[in-house]
Amino acid sequence: MTVKSRAKKVLCERPKSRMDVDSPLCPGCQHGVIGRILCEVIDELEIQGKTICIAGVGCHAMTLFTTNIDFVQALHGRAPGVGTGVKRAVGREKIVFTVQGDGDLASIGIGDVIHAANRGEKLTIIFCNNSAYGTTGGQMAPTTLLGQVTTTTPDGRRYEDAGFPVHIAELMATFPGVAYSARCALTSLANYNKTKKAVKTAFKKQMDGIGLGIVEILSACPPALKLSPTKAVEWMENYMMAEYPLGEFKNVDTVTPKYILKGEGA
Amino acid sequence: MIKVVINAERCKGCSLCIHFCPKGSLSMGDLLNTKGYQYVIFTDGGECTGCAACGKLCPDLAINVYRE
Repeated sequence: MTVKSRAKKVLCERPKSRMDVDSPLCPGCQHGVIGRILCEVIDELEIQGKTICIAGVGCHAMTLFTTNIDFVQALHGRAPGVGTGVKRAVGREKIVFTVQGDGDLASIGIGDVIHAANRGEKLTIIFCNNSAYGTTGGQMAPTTLLGQVTTTTPDGRRYEDAGFPVHIAELMATFPGVAYSARCALTSLANYNKTKKAVKTAFKKQMDGIGLGIVEILSACPPALKLSPTKAVEWMENYMMAEYPLGEFKNVDTVTPKYILKGEGA
Repeated sequence: MIKVVINAERCKGCSLCIHFCPKGSLSMGDLLNTKGYQYVIFTDGGECTGCAACGKLCPDLAINVYRE
């Protein structure tokens, strides 16, 4: 007797570490896609049971409502600092990563992330860049583009009084202790796949004990841009990607100093 | 044959799946879910290749894609 079975191949389903719950985010908010990528990477690396996320403050932190791993909530901008404490306590046993937004990482938390990078902490940092302070209503962020209209730059950002857009991925690549720095976007399936690959690489730099890994992901915030989700993604393609080039800015397998003075002073 | 299964209750009508679909196999439906969002429907006439761009780029993970 032959049994006919209808083999069903899964091409796309909810990742195991992603909870089967509604997302609390706005329609079209690409933080939801970043959350999905994180869950897929955690599943593929088989680290769900030994991963701790340090959540910053902002919409990116809502990942904690949908991701089935351990979380620690840090104060605004202090996720790298809290992450340093956690990682130094758990060592190679656990994987510690942060999820942070523009205001959290590039504004109030800029000191934390620069010094975590300078110390080469074995952390993985996921930086969600949507060129505004999304949660609080769309104010100017360090990553806001010149001429971009926000609630605090109603006539468009002017470099004369508000400075230039800050390039975090390039900045992080200048630190010797940073093993991986990349910028990705979510404007197409191809870019989604590249983002996932970059996130996986950043996690592996920590798992292999090499150094800090940071992935900056350009993601659309429809309410801050005051555009529909589709128009917001097109805005990312036309303007954000012109200001913030995609690619890997650093990818090394060892962190070594150029010199170490041997006892004698200067 | 590709099956794209949409969870209408999770869909927030953001239309990103329609934007990312290279074949035009999705479109906005006429009905509202219980949260008041218009939700997307799979209107494929055989063009769908199963690339799953819709499912992967859906911020609410409201779309699953299968090959049968």
